Amino acid sequence: MNTQSTIYLDYASTTPVDPRVASKMMEFLTPDGEFGNPASRSHRYGWKADEAVEEARSHVANLVNCDPREIVWTSGATEADNLAIKGVARFYKSKGNHIITSKIEHKAVLDPCRQLEREGFEVTYLDPDEGGIISPEAIKSAMRDTTILVSIMHIHNELGTLNDLEAIGNITRKAGVFFHVDAAQSTGKVDIDLSSLPVDLMSFSAHKTYGPKGIGALFVRRKPRVRIEALIHGGGHERGMRAGTLPTHQIVGMGEAFKIAKEQMKEDHEKIKAFHTKFLKEAMKIEHAYINGDVDNKVPNILNISFNFVEGESLIMGLKDIAVSSGSACTSASLEPSYVLRALGRKDELAHSSIRFSFGRFTNEEDIDKTLSILHNVVERLRELSPLWEMHLDGVDLDTVQWNTH
Amino acid sequence: MAYSKKVVDKFENTLNNPKAFNVGSFDPSELNIGTGMVGAPACGDVMKLQIKCEPQGNTHVITDVKFKTYGCGSAIASSSELVEMLMGKTLEEAKEIKNKEIVDALELPPIKIHCSVLAEDSIKEAIENYESKQ
Repeated sequence: MNTQSTIYLDYASTTPVDPRVASKMMEFLTPDGEFGNPASRSHRYGWKADEAVEEARSHVANLVNCDPREIVWTSGATEADNLAIKGVARFYKSKGNHIITSKIEHKAVLDPCRQLEREGFEVTYLDPDEGGIISPEAIKSAMRDTTILVSIMHIHNELGTLNDLEAIGNITRKAGVFFHVDAAQSTGKVDIDLSSLPVDLMSFSAHKTYGPKGIGALFVRRKPRVRIEALIHGGGHERGMRAGTLPTHQIVGMGEAFKIAKEQMKEDHEKIKAFHTKFLKEAMKIEHAYINGDVDNKVPNILNISFNFVEGESLIMGLKDIAVSSGSACTSASLEPSYVLRALGRKDELAHSSIRFSFGRFTNEEDIDKTLSILHNVVERLRELSPLWEMHLDGVDLDTVQWNTH
Repeated sequence: MAYSKKVVDKFENTLNNPKAFNVGSFDPSELNIGTGMVGAPACGDVMKLQIKCEPQGNTHVITDVKFKTYGCGSAIASSSELVEMLMGKTLEEAKEIKNKEIVDALELPPIKIHCSVLAEDSIKEAIENYESKQ
């Protein structure tokens, strides 16, 4: 099937590379381009590549208002999360062994935490409220004398909900505890001002913001200083925090993408906000559709909806001309429904029936209209196929049914 | 997606042409109807299978089938496949249907084999229900 005929509404999963970014990246690959190793100090190939890397670093720093020296290149947000969490924990283990995070963090945060538990650290996994927000009070009450790190995401990847970084950071600062934020979904969506935010470490990804896959960055604050133990050794690049030859073209791509994000954030936001308003209004005309995540405290580019009495994977198969993702168990290898929706207290069947629509820079009005029309049609057809819908129409309360699970 | 073309086609055909693929319901209180409902919403799949039978000689023959399925694409395809297998079979023959036949017909991936097991359970239960009424 030609993917171009499929409407792409999965921007929270990844974005296409902006053509302006791709053409910039091309300048750093071929023999007639600046292909040098940025670490080569002895010739102009190296100097030129180094110049490009540092310019890109400035673009990234500029978007989030920090010092370029606070940006460490990584292979992506997953590595940045690993570097922040394991790096802080291992460096400061003599100070304490307790970490606070939440049950609905991305696996790139949860799995390093699990690894640290195996190494003797203790981790508290906080419950979100029913809207998917982590309350600063919950963090405050989970603090111990041995707490060294709090890791809470900014924008939630499945829900689009926003945590209050300032309120959480004020608590961690007071307690003398480091605060790491996974901001993979945030860049180009909301303003981030690290000159005033009480955040110590922040993870970024290029490919959620129209840059290439395989490159990300970790912000590591200089004042007050945060120290981390490196994960990768071999040459002392990136001030000893991350060894390995810098991938100039990837870095330049991320820099260009973040530069464009800064220039275009307002324009992107306004367009996407209008799509969100329309989509929400029309999709909610479907009976028994429920928004997952606090709709008053979220970004407009992500919209997560459960359509009761319809299973998510079959809905995705029905929406075959639309690229979206699901919290349904059946789309995952584990057959478990979304751990995120379960943590919000959603019933399993609603967790099974969730679809995440995410809009982006290249979404147009026609995509939205076409998707809405297909969505209405497919939900109706699947409900015609659904014994649960039939029971519901017959007035049966599904919660009182004795299911024959075998 | 790791689905075979057979699963995708079966699912899409059933979705787009529900009547032709026996989607629907019989009145479960009728004596010549056997109903089997298996699975649970919390597990992500529920199958309701209904057979209409009539006595023929010293056995009963399935003359019509209706089903409704809530579940993933392969659950819906598995039900639909089973329904096709059941048409015109005697109850003895229907009892012999094994989930493996559905797996083979649809080339189900290993992680979706439970869908075919559920389908096998649904016909067993429908027959049990029918026989209890005779």
